[in-house]
This record gives sequence, C-alpha cells and structure tokens, in this order.
Amino acid sequence: MTELRLSHRPATARKALDVFVRAFSVLSAALGIFFLFWILWVVLQKGHTVLSWSFFTSAPPSPGEGVGGIKYALVGTLKMTGLACLMGVPVGLLTGVYLAEFGRHGAFASGVRFCVNLLMGIPSILVGLFAYTIIVLAAPRHYSGNAGAFALAIIMLPTVARTSEDMLLLVPDALRESALALGIPRWRVITGILFRAARKGLLTGVLLSVSRVSGETAPLLFTALNNNFYPKDLSQPTANLTVTIYNYAMSPYDNWQRVAWGASLVIMAFLLGVTLLLRFILKERHRS
Amino acid sequence: MTLRRLANLWKAQTSFRKTSAFHRSADRAFRLLTLLCAVSTLLLVGAILWNLVENAWPSITRFGLGFVTSSQWNPVKSQYGAASSIYGTLVSTAIALILALPISVAIALFLTSYAPPWLARIVGTCVELLAAIPSIIYGMWGLFVFAPYMQKTVQPMLAKLPGPLFDGAPLGVGMLTAGIILALMILPFLTAVMRDVFSMTPPVLLESAAGMGSTSWEVTRKIAIPYGLRGLIGATFLGLGRAIGETMAVTFVIGNSHRISTSLFAPGNTIASTLANEFNEADSPLLEAALIELGLILFVITLIIQILAHLWLRSLQKRQAR
Amino acid sequence: MNVPAQETPFETVRDVVIENPVISAQQLDFWYGQSQALFANDLDIAPRKVTAIIGPSGCGKSTHLRVYNRIFEQYRGQRAVGRVLLDGQDLLAPGTDVIALRRRVGMIFQKPTPFPMSIFENVAYGVRLHFAFSRKELEQKVEESLRAAALWDEVKDLLHKPGTALSGGQQQRLCIARALAMSPEVLLMDEPTSAIDPVATARIEELVLQLKERLTVVIVTHNMQQAARISDNTAFFHLGRIIEFGATAKMFTNPSHPKTEEYITGRFG
Repeated sequence: MTELRLSHRPATARKALDVFVRAFSVLSAALGIFFLFWILWVVLQKGHTVLSWSFFTSAPPSPGEGVGGIKYALVGTLKMTGLACLMGVPVGLLTGVYLAEFGRHGAFASGVRFCVNLLMGIPSILVGLFAYTIIVLAAPRHYSGNAGAFALAIIMLPTVARTSEDMLLLVPDALRESALALGIPRWRVITGILFRAARKGLLTGVLLSVSRVSGETAPLLFTALNNNFYPKDLSQPTANLTVTIYNYAMSPYDNWQRVAWGASLVIMAFLLGVTLLLRFILKERHRS
Repeated sequence: MTLRRLANLWKAQTSFRKTSAFHRSADRAFRLLTLLCAVSTLLLVGAILWNLVENAWPSITRFGLGFVTSSQWNPVKSQYGAASSIYGTLVSTAIALILALPISVAIALFLTSYAPPWLARIVGTCVELLAAIPSIIYGMWGLFVFAPYMQKTVQPMLAKLPGPLFDGAPLGVGMLTAGIILALMILPFLTAVMRDVFSMTPPVLLESAAGMGSTSWEVTRKIAIPYGLRGLIGATFLGLGRAIGETMAVTFVIGNSHRISTSLFAPGNTIASTLANEFNEADSPLLEAALIELGLILFVITLIIQILAHLWLRSLQKRQAR
Repeated sequence: MNVPAQETPFETVRDVVIENPVISAQQLDFWYGQSQALFANDLDIAPRKVTAIIGPSGCGKSTHLRVYNRIFEQYRGQRAVGRVLLDGQDLLAPGTDVIALRRRVGMIFQKPTPFPMSIFENVAYGVRLHFAFSRKELEQKVEESLRAAALWDEVKDLLHKPGTALSGGQQQRLCIARALAMSPEVLLMDEPTSAIDPVATARIEELVLQLKERLTVVIVTHNMQQAARISDNTAFFHLGRIIEFGATAKMFTNPSHPKTEEYITGRFG
C-alpha cells in the first residue's frame, strides 16, 4: 500500500503548483492538437491544387512538365499490398489461432509470443534489408514488386497474429465447450464458429495491418524501388505511392514536388479514414 | 427396448457422412498447420539475424570492433565506421524521449483527470491521429515547413543560450529538428500508455487522498506517479523502440552528415537514415557489407530493448500476482 | 477444502440397483492439477430415466458430469482416473473416438450459447458434419429437432434470424434442439435453468420429462425442488464424494445419510 504522506507546505504554494501543473497539461494537449492540424493543413493546402479525377487516372509527369497523375503508383501500391495480404494475413491469423487455441500457456507459445512482439518492434527498414538479402540478391540482383510485397507481408504478420490472438481469447470458453460437446471437430469449431464469433475483431486486425503498411516507405526502398511504367505484374521494379513521394519530394522539379504533396494528401486521407473507422468499430465493441 | 436402441444406433452410424477418423486427421492437420505458422515467426527472427550477419561478414572481419568506434566514412579509402550513425541514433532518440515523456504525461493527465469527457474524447482522438500520419509525410512537412521555421525563429532564439549545445549556424535541418519530429511521432504511443496507467490507479486511493484536502496535482504526484512510474518505464521502452528505427522522417530532416558534433544544430545521421540514403548507391561490396553491419547493430539494439521490456513486464506481472 | 481423515474408508449409501446402466462410473477420481476434486465415484445411470446430481457448490457435481463427454480434456492439468463405461466400453480408454462419443452424449450448459449464425444454421451446423443428408432431409431434421425441443412454433417463421435474437429461455431450448439434432443417446445438463426465468424454467423441466421417453438424461442442479420434480434417481455429492444414491422419491422423503438430510432440509449448502 502506498503510504500517504502529503505535503505540509503552505496552502498558497500548493495551490500555485496545482495551477501550474494544470496549465502545463492543458498546454501540452493544445500543443499536440496544434501540431496535428499544422501538418494536416500543410498537406491539404499544398496537395489539393493537383487533385482532380485525372490525377488518379494519368501516367506520371515528365520532369518540369505538367502534373500528370499517380495511376501507376496507385495500382502498384494496391497490387503489392494485396499480395502482402495474401501472404501475411493467413500466416498471422493461424499463428494467432495457435496461440489462442492450442498453445495458450505453454513455454513454446510464450516463445512465439516474444518473437511476434520482436517482429512488431523491428524497424521497417531492416525488414526491407532482409527482403533485399533474401530475395533481391537471390536472383543476381533483381529488384521486384514481389520482394516489396514480401517485406510488407513480414510487417503485417505480427500485427495480424497479435490481434487475432486477442480477439479469439475474447470469445468465451462456453462457446468452445458447447461446440465441442456437439462432436464438432476442433478445426471446424475454430474456422466455422470462433472465426464467425470474432469476425469483427479479426477484420480489425487485418485493417490495422493494412493501414500500418500502406504508409510504409522504408521497406520498399531496397526491394520494389520505383518505376515509370504501368505495373503489369510484380516481377519488375514496381511503381508505388510512397517511394514516388520520396523521389519526387527530393527532386528539384517544382511539378514533381506538387505531385508528391498531392499523393501525400491521398495517402493521409486514406489513413485518417481507416484510423477513424477502426476507432469507431472498437468503440462499438466496447459498448456492446 | 435395447433392440430399438441398437437399431437407432446402427442407423445413425451408417449415415455418418465423414467418419470421425477423417475428422480426427483433419484436426491433426489443422493443428499442425497452425503450429507451422507459429514456428515460422521463430524462423523469421532467426533468418533475419542470420542474413544480416552473413551479409555483413566482409565488413565485420575487415574492421572488427573498430567499426563501432571509428567515425570515418570514406568510400574513396574504403574506410567505414559506425560511430557517427550510432551517436546520431542515440542523440536524436534521447531528444525525442526528453521532449515527449513530460508532454505525454501531461496530456494523459489532462485526458484522465482535468478534461470533461467530451473534450477528452476529442483531444484523445486528435493525439491518436498523430500516429496515423505516415513517416514520409512527417518528413516532407519537416523539410519544407518545419525546418525553415526552426531556422528563422526557434534556432536564433536558442542560440542566445550559453553552452555548446546550441552553437553554430542555424541550418534548420539537423539533430534538434529530427529529435523534435521524432518526439511528435512517438507522442501518441507514450500518451496511450500513460493514459492506461493513470486510469488503472485505484480510484479509492485518489478519492481518499483528495478527501484529505490535497490538491489534484499532489494526489497525482503522491499516488498516481508511484503507480505510474512502472508505466513510465514501459512507455520509455516503447518510445525508444519506435524512435530508434524511424527512417523516413529522420532522413528528410537530419542533414545526413557523417560528422559528430556537440551542437544540436549541426547536421548528423542515424543508422536508419544512412541506410535509406546510401544503400541503393552503394557500389562496392565492402560498402554494402558495412551498411548491412549498421543494420545489424540497429537490430541488436532493438533486440536488447525488446528483451529488457519483456523482462520488465514479467517482473511487473509477478509483483502484481503477489 | 480438507477431507477429514476419519471419513475414509468411505462407502456410498445406495438404495437402488440399476439394471443395464447406460453409463457406469467406476472408481472415478478427478484432478485439477495437484488438487483432487473427485474421490472414487461409483455411479450408475439408468437408461431412459432422469438422474439428478445435487450437492452444495464446489462439491464436484459439474466436474463429474464433464467426464462423461470428456469435455474437461481441453484444459491443461485436468485429468480423470478410473473407468466410465458407456454401453460397456470405457470412454476414458486412450483409443476412444472423442468426436463420436460427443455425438452420442450431448451436453447443455448453464448459460445458453447460441452460435453466431441463424437459428436454422445453429441446428444444422453439427448435423451437416456428421450425417449425409439431402437438403430436404436436413430441413426435416431441423424441424423435428426444434419440435422435440418445444421451440418450433415460436421460431418457424424466424429460422433465418440470428440465434442471439431469441430470449434466454428460447436460446436454451435452441441449444437443446441443437444437441437433439445429433441423435444423442444421453443428454447431460449442467444447471441448465440457472440463468433463466421461472416461466422458461418450467418449460424446460416439462421438456426434460418428455425427452426421457427417447433418451437418458443426467442433470446437475442446485435447485432441490427441480431435482424432486423431474428426476427418477438422485445422487448427492459432498466434497467430491457420492454420499448417497437412491430413488428420488425415497431420498427426498426419507434420506438415509445424515449429511443428505442436512442438505435437503436446507441446513447447509
């Protein structure tokens, strides 16, 4: 128990300190909000000028001429994220199933849990470096969208695994027991009943991981690189939004910088939307 | 009676669609599949470590321990050292933590005890949204908007302070700007941790202390902070882990120089920013190996942070169980 | 919970002999990790009768029931030692097909647990896995099961509504229908009415009396009036031991063991 030894200083000094702390906390909150809106405002103000329908449907601009569009980068990002989902989500989900349904309290499970946390904490640029050494270097130095998707999948995996485990553990044991008691085999109990009971939470995990990777640049720098052509398949270096933003922003051409801001606005709007949606879903769950 | 039961039983057995032998082997296969996925996470961590070591090997054998202590980075002479990148990583992370810790505690305090619920909800959402902004946008905003502001307004003011920390020309980009942006990026995570800690403090304790005539800051300091100290350490680990490997935002604003300087105004680099900047241009195998060794060092640092955080958490749980 | 040493050796008081028992527990011990919860239980379950298991909370009555379909197995550290014969076969033997066992021995739990799917699917889900039925046969089976659980008239127009939309008592009858659809020979009920209101409880008790015409029921209850109303035989559990086993009518009017008398007259528990 914490011992309560409250101060015996004069009341006025104590009041003053209280006011100071109160003011500091209000100020800090205001500071956080100020920076958020500063950044939002800058991106909106610099990005909105290039936004139009053709911004989404046109090829990239040449240096110094016009704004063109981000169609190729958008398609490349979507394709890579899609492929990353195909690789990362099943493995993550089944890892979560193992932890929640089979391993639970075992020593092996806690080892796996530690590794999942570790993977979550690995800087994304190192994941890019890993994908580079294992895929790009495998064929004599061949950059590709596949390598980029592989890196993104590794980033998604721990997020999906952790949320899946948490969400499956929220399903009451009574439901497991009553399904098993009907003679339904374990794997059908899990895939047919528990997944359905936890579907909102599982979807949240997938959405969370998609939002985590869709703003990532670092893991793509040494894997997917970038490209000026339409990403027909992912076997070549692949155009994508974030590396395009990086390259354009660092370029000396004014029109490229404007495109970078426009693309930033697109990504930011998407991510803020997803974050608010997730918050809404989680609140809903909390209430029910 | 028994005959009828037998008849029923026979009927039920013969109309079995899939024998339970099938179900049992399907169960085993499914369990094995999930186990394989779980094992893959272990393999992945092992493979990352192994690959980094393997690909950094030429640099490790060439420079040995001197790699960590030398700040030389000279592609012409093929001399590489990690000291400036390690220094920059530690300094920018330290700046971020020093700024973000008190502010996140203050915001958490505001959210849990000072603000009315409706305001806490709005402010809480706003702070959370800071985490939704991707690193590269922090970088662009930092380079094109915030760094010029630092150069014109903030740095000239700080330059009047005594001491070597704020010496030199105000360039805008540099260690200090990178640290401030990192602070902003880890703020939402620290705030979330501190908020949880404050709302976990038993309300009975807070009430009884308030009933004894203490002001609300005193209540917090005397009661919530001892409780919160554990959370504070946890938050520090979390912030450390996040800030230390942050790449894009830092690459934009740190200035990318391999020189170590005491002034926070001076440009520098971090492990992650060096990788982002130089890896694709690395034209010699030794330079590539040296860069991968930098990555290895970053990996080992994050590994140590994670292990410490894990041990800390375990000791907390043990204490709570008692 | 210490068991006084002088109570061993221990002998259950038995007032009935069961001919051709469906289930026969013999010298059944049960362990939660290091602590023993059941001590040498011997119990015979009569076919097509209702057997009630009563006793103060923590006496092991649910634990005993949960051995019959081996549902305890999914938790680490829980184990049963001894023999439990189902139609003469030891269901605790290592080679037992647990999936087939659970189809034959259904179970109803304290809280109704409808699956997160429609009322129809709740009943059909297990059936589809175990029986090769045509769509028509499946629909028939679902209707038949819902009728047997006295729920058909209330839900026949809502078959595609989610199971969670029903009231608590209806949900519990849905769980009973779901279990009946597997054509079980034995139905285990673990305090099936403790979470629902008195009117719904009365309906379920009525249902249990109908069910015993087609299968064997074992019901754990903390409600002695309920045991008296619906059961043919009663076993009284105390501290993991079966103190007394006999015909319900006799046990509630003239108990043989002083502990049983104390319990049913409400002096403890």
